[in-house]
Amino acid sequence: MQRYSVFSLARNALTHHRDWQPAWRSPPLKDAYDVVIVGAGGHGLAAAYYLAKNHGITDVAVLEKGWLGGGNVARNTVTIRSNYMRDESIPFYVKTVALFDGLTKDLNYNLMYSKRSMIDVVQTYPKLREIKRRMLHMDLYGSTYEPITVSELRQRIPALTGGGTDSRLPIIAGMVHTDAAVCRHDAVAWGYARGADAYGVEMHQNTAVKSLLRGSDGRIAGVETNRGTVKARKVALAVSGHTTSLTETLGLRLPLKTFNLTAFVSEPVKPLIDVVVNCPDIGVYLSQSDRGELVIGGAPDPGQSFRRDIKQNVFEDAVAAMLELFPAFKRLKLMRQWGGSLEIAHDATPIVSRTAVPGLYITAGWWGGFKAIPAGGFTLAHLVAKDEAHPLTEPFSLERFRHLDFVLESGTTTAR
Amino acid sequence: MLKITCPFCGPRNESEFVHGGPEKPRRPEDPAALSDTDWIDHLTVPDNPMGPVREKWWHLRGCGQWVTITRDTVSHDILDEDGHDRR
Amino acid sequence: MTGGKFRNAAGGRVDRGRPLRFRFNGRAYQGFEGDTLASALLAHGARLTARSFKYHRPRGIVGAGVEEPSCFVELMGAEAAGNQPITTVRLREGLDARSVNCWPSPGFDLLSVNQFVARMLPAGFYYKTFMWPDWHLFEPHIRRAAGLAAAPQSDPRKGRYETRHSHCDVLVVGAGPAGLAAALAAGRSGARVLLADDGPEPGGSLLGRSSTLDGVPALDWVARATAELDSMANVTRLSDAVVWAYREANLLLITERAPAAAHVVQRTWRVRAGRVVIATGAIERSLVFADNDRPGVMLASAAQTYVNRYAVRPGHSAVLFTNNSSAYAAAADLRAGGVEIAAVVDSRETVPEEAKALLPGVEVLEGHVIERARGARSVAGADVRPRAGGLPRTIACDLICMSGGWSPTVHLFSQSRGRLRFDETIAAFVPGEAAQPAVCAGAAAGSFDLSGALADGAEKGLRAAQDLGFEARPLDLPAADSGPGYAIEALWHVPQDSPSAKAFLDIQHDVTVSDIQLAIREGFGAVEHAKRYTTAGMGIDQGKTGNINVIGTIAAQQGLPLQAVGTTTFRSPYVPVDFGALAGAREETVVLPYRHTPVTEWNKRQGAVMYEAGARWRRPGYYPLPDEGFQESVNREALAVRRGVAVYDGSPLGKFEIKGRDAPKLLDLLYTNLFASLKAGNGRYGLMLSDDGLILDDGVTFKLGEHHYLMSTSTAHAEEVYRHMEHLLRVERPDWQVRITPVTSQWANATVCGPRAREVMEALGTDIDLAPEAFPFMALRDGRVADFAARVCRVSFTGELSFEINVKSRHLAALWQRIMAVGEPFGLIPIGSEANHVLRVEKGFLSLGHEVDGTADPYDLGMGWIMSKKKDDYIGKRAVAIRRSREAARRELVGLLTEDPGRLVTEGAPLTPGGRREASEGFVSASVWSVVQNRSVALGLLADGRQRMGERVHVRLKDEVVPAKVVAPCFHDPDGKLLRS
Repeated sequence: MQRYSVFSLARNALTHHRDWQPAWRSPPLKDAYDVVIVGAGGHGLAAAYYLAKNHGITDVAVLEKGWLGGGNVARNTVTIRSNYMRDESIPFYVKTVALFDGLTKDLNYNLMYSKRSMIDVVQTYPKLREIKRRMLHMDLYGSTYEPITVSELRQRIPALTGGGTDSRLPIIAGMVHTDAAVCRHDAVAWGYARGADAYGVEMHQNTAVKSLLRGSDGRIAGVETNRGTVKARKVALAVSGHTTSLTETLGLRLPLKTFNLTAFVSEPVKPLIDVVVNCPDIGVYLSQSDRGELVIGGAPDPGQSFRRDIKQNVFEDAVAAMLELFPAFKRLKLMRQWGGSLEIAHDATPIVSRTAVPGLYITAGWWGGFKAIPAGGFTLAHLVAKDEAHPLTEPFSLERFRHLDFVLESGTTTAR
Repeated sequence: MLKITCPFCGPRNESEFVHGGPEKPRRPEDPAALSDTDWIDHLTVPDNPMGPVREKWWHLRGCGQWVTITRDTVSHDILDEDGHDRR
Repeated sequence: MTGGKFRNAAGGRVDRGRPLRFRFNGRAYQGFEGDTLASALLAHGARLTARSFKYHRPRGIVGAGVEEPSCFVELMGAEAAGNQPITTVRLREGLDARSVNCWPSPGFDLLSVNQFVARMLPAGFYYKTFMWPDWHLFEPHIRRAAGLAAAPQSDPRKGRYETRHSHCDVLVVGAGPAGLAAALAAGRSGARVLLADDGPEPGGSLLGRSSTLDGVPALDWVARATAELDSMANVTRLSDAVVWAYREANLLLITERAPAAAHVVQRTWRVRAGRVVIATGAIERSLVFADNDRPGVMLASAAQTYVNRYAVRPGHSAVLFTNNSSAYAAAADLRAGGVEIAAVVDSRETVPEEAKALLPGVEVLEGHVIERARGARSVAGADVRPRAGGLPRTIACDLICMSGGWSPTVHLFSQSRGRLRFDETIAAFVPGEAAQPAVCAGAAAGSFDLSGALADGAEKGLRAAQDLGFEARPLDLPAADSGPGYAIEALWHVPQDSPSAKAFLDIQHDVTVSDIQLAIREGFGAVEHAKRYTTAGMGIDQGKTGNINVIGTIAAQQGLPLQAVGTTTFRSPYVPVDFGALAGAREETVVLPYRHTPVTEWNKRQGAVMYEAGARWRRPGYYPLPDEGFQESVNREALAVRRGVAVYDGSPLGKFEIKGRDAPKLLDLLYTNLFASLKAGNGRYGLMLSDDGLILDDGVTFKLGEHHYLMSTSTAHAEEVYRHMEHLLRVERPDWQVRITPVTSQWANATVCGPRAREVMEALGTDIDLAPEAFPFMALRDGRVADFAARVCRVSFTGELSFEINVKSRHLAALWQRIMAVGEPFGLIPIGSEANHVLRVEKGFLSLGHEVDGTADPYDLGMGWIMSKKKDDYIGKRAVAIRRSREAARRELVGLLTEDPGRLVTEGAPLTPGGRREASEGFVSASVWSVVQNRSVALGLLADGRQRMGERVHVRLKDEVVPAKVVAPCFHDPDGKLLRS
């Protein structure tokens, strides 16, 4: 692998950057591999990288129907955090943050990883109670969450001028999650791809998996693609939104639904907010990118969707909510908006699991899975290599549904 | 924002409705007659097609009727509203 | 001297009688009504008006409208706004603007040193460096340099944003020739037509050209067409109104930037259209040659617009660089306006004679290209060479007009999910198969000549109306001059020999041809990769002039047809829109409207601290006396209930009347316990599960009469329960005869509670027999209380004797006053939700969101008794059985007493083995100061808790472990004698 550094940059400047090598190769597609990973999004690429790096499995093909890194890793709000509530979830996200912390150097690729904290803006007492519960549970695993007063909150986020004592939902407290970070999302995909490529993993773009193949022994046998049959001893699906479409080719039905989640960015402005601001009571969160755009996320659309588009009513709700707390943004402009296909499991908790088909593994139901990419890939690689769940993802097994034993990370009821 | 035709109120904005999820087989009179696996599937495994899905919407901010439509999850085109073909 | 020395004495659509003073980068200028900031500055010869994003290279004005990729300004003062394309800022008296992204001024920009290290900064350079020691060292500097204008600091000072819904038969987008023809054709048929145009006056491209129709200026026809449209009652015409999004089900979003109503800053229209005619014209593309970003390099159509519409000469002497014939008319107009045409450089080997005929006497260099623009801060010449190669010669000029051909403005069509196809004959993506009832017309459909655009617009307007059943007749269209044709031969970029040449594809983000080539070399060859790796097309202009060149360059490099490369997604909005205009009329509290009980105002006057109680209701949290702290207030209120009497407003509790023959069946399916056996006049506490076995809600349901019940639910879950019930009835059991009526807002209640509650009831005066045997616990009686018709329920959420007095909502305020007056001698006080919380914890009553946190089932909560064994089925029965069939430790409800009785612990705190920092074995669900125990008490869920009574457990706080004893989860009147008294 060609090392990247300021020195290599200077050296290449002399030759007008004509000697840079491709970040990844484009080898011909073989007809069989040890492992096929379907989906060259964040989770698939990370799993490929860790399969090679941690488990020495390099006869791996990552098959992607579109372009590499074109999944939800290309369309998210880049927030990385570990402020979860349940013992089943916190250690997993603590791990993902730890992996992110060292990832730029591990991959020799600048992810522009910026540990800039997330601040929760709390406006109701039930939310405050829930957040304190999180705080004390996170502390058990070394994840940090610190309360701050409303005046400290306003000092840290001067643009937050709404939510005063006379407003509809006055701000009552703030909570700082110092482990939270943002980074350049595309770089995560490209960095993992380049890293996996260096170990010999193959990535094949424009290779759409049409169906899964099962052998006469009942095990997974490979996949059928638009470029022909590819055999594999093991197949892992990392295709957020489309997991059920693929497993149903083997008659395997899963407790997953696919939704569309909208995000949008403002015009670029000079530095204004240097943390991730999360407003759970009104359902909006935002941060400012290095380019100066505010990146804003809201609630998912009602109803299943594979459309990656914007529902006007949902979008307007998010904007109205943001303006409650940031009234000056009325004159800021919307520049771009997009949607992503997300999956949610019946209990709103991810699935990293073996399936009823031996040799077939899935990582699914991440809802917003960007932050989970390193640990998701890390644990999926473990699962595929050893055919055994990594301890961090034991609670995320499909087994739990056999006893209706839900994890229910995100709330008190299941997804309907 | 979808435009959903309520059988009583006519075509209305989606924002008047509450989404009620994909249609499931009717809840059996006697769940005990099903195996555990079948019952768990009934409870937790929804239809999740890329394409037409039968789904329910509740006209909460309207007449209160439950409406079942067939909607394409890729295009969001509504293909069928309570049996009336719209296209 | 007012209009500037580059202003022609006559012509144009500016009003020389109305001079306007304005400031730009601190200098004072004068322009005219009708100018844009761009035209007014060009009239004064302004050139260097901006600096670029990455290299801080000098930049000038390139376009004349929304396509402007180069020059953005920040408006100061009362109407402050950032990142405005200079070409769309309407001049007004007192306008004060400055360039963005340069400091202190574009002429002397300190960050321009970036130019000198540019060689170190190819596309994606930041992925390769800034890794050591840490990105944090570099990020703040990069961030400061990024962004453009500063963010707005305050609300708009005058007026508000507004949103409205609208319906029309035919929505016509754009009032250029095609749009006007379409609107006329549809309008004359009687169809309801909405015509929205993005500019301040109709005419579209005709405003910038000297075209004629029937031998007279085309704008005369525009005026007549507009007058006719304005006279039709069925036509609404919006100007300065941009259509920025095309959503599903033919919903389009339009924002009027300057509505007539003075109090409205902007108005957004949500339009459902029957048919949509997209007549948005086309956008001219730039040409890509070295230093094509120098101030003075301008789109040919923009230069033409300046000279025709604003009577401004954008230079003295111009070289025209083109790959098609359309620019010859532009050059002819420039010449007529007083700009010398030094030469025409045409990349086509053969230029049609009709084109050349428009510029008699001008040197036309066929098969030639501009290799490089000369000049640093302003164009000084053009290095011209044969396309095939050869030595360049320099032609002196101060203006380079470029035309890379035209791209139909298919943004809205693409947003509607219509497909695009690449049309080789016009070298552009054009609309293909539509996905919604939308059609492009005129230049937006690839008809670039005037007569074609008129005919196409008229035809598509006619067809749209006919599709909807209107009788429409063809229009008589005026005759247009035949122009020189189009005859484009694509030229995506001029190949460069010099490796250091900077030929810009995206001048806003400083993306050059070599950046794209590098991206492809490194494997980022997919169009989305190239875009993301180089950031091409991701600026404020979203690549309106340059994206096609990026796609063409990628295609050329990889030897692919453009169709195979495809476009990046056309995402909404078409142009940036104010967030204020998106949230529309939903300002202030309208976002989450309050729900008031009839005593909200009274509560506020008492100085109550108001809390969000769920479902948008607000309730008093507590009523502090002067100089009283939180805990004192809560203790005083809770004690009043335990020792004397108090009242609270329970109106927000959900209430439903359930009527019908099958109502008992419904209740027995909904609740885990048996309701069929309930007698009229009595109530029963019930628990509802979801079918997957989670607790949904709890509450009391009374039987009012045969087939008639009154159900109460928790405040927060009322809508959820309503939905659940309606779903069961309408979808699962449509044959059952039951009607449900929500009556939450119809009945308001005051709950009088405490040992002396009965005395207060008697003092209020009632015809209901209050004796315990006549009106026992869990009974309901209709009668009169304090002269109001009332329905009194003996339920208790506090554990004390309670009377819930329900009256018509309009009577509650008066009843409340009577209770306060009559209760005074008994020491009655109002209490809030904090005291309620204490009282229910003392009793060990459940609370949703505390003990019921999703995972606990009724057995865990010690309520196995409520899971009826007599019923074969109820919602959730089977699921709970399945879950409990697994032999695993369950977290069970327990009481907790901290060893230090004075110690209150944080609600939600984990219980861990030995207080160590490891996986929890339970948590504290509630923790309060008990007024009856005079110590802290808590409830919690603990693994195998019921087997661990008397055991010592550990509450793990951040830096402290608090030991506690496990006890039964009830701290007051465990037998319930008091509440039954």
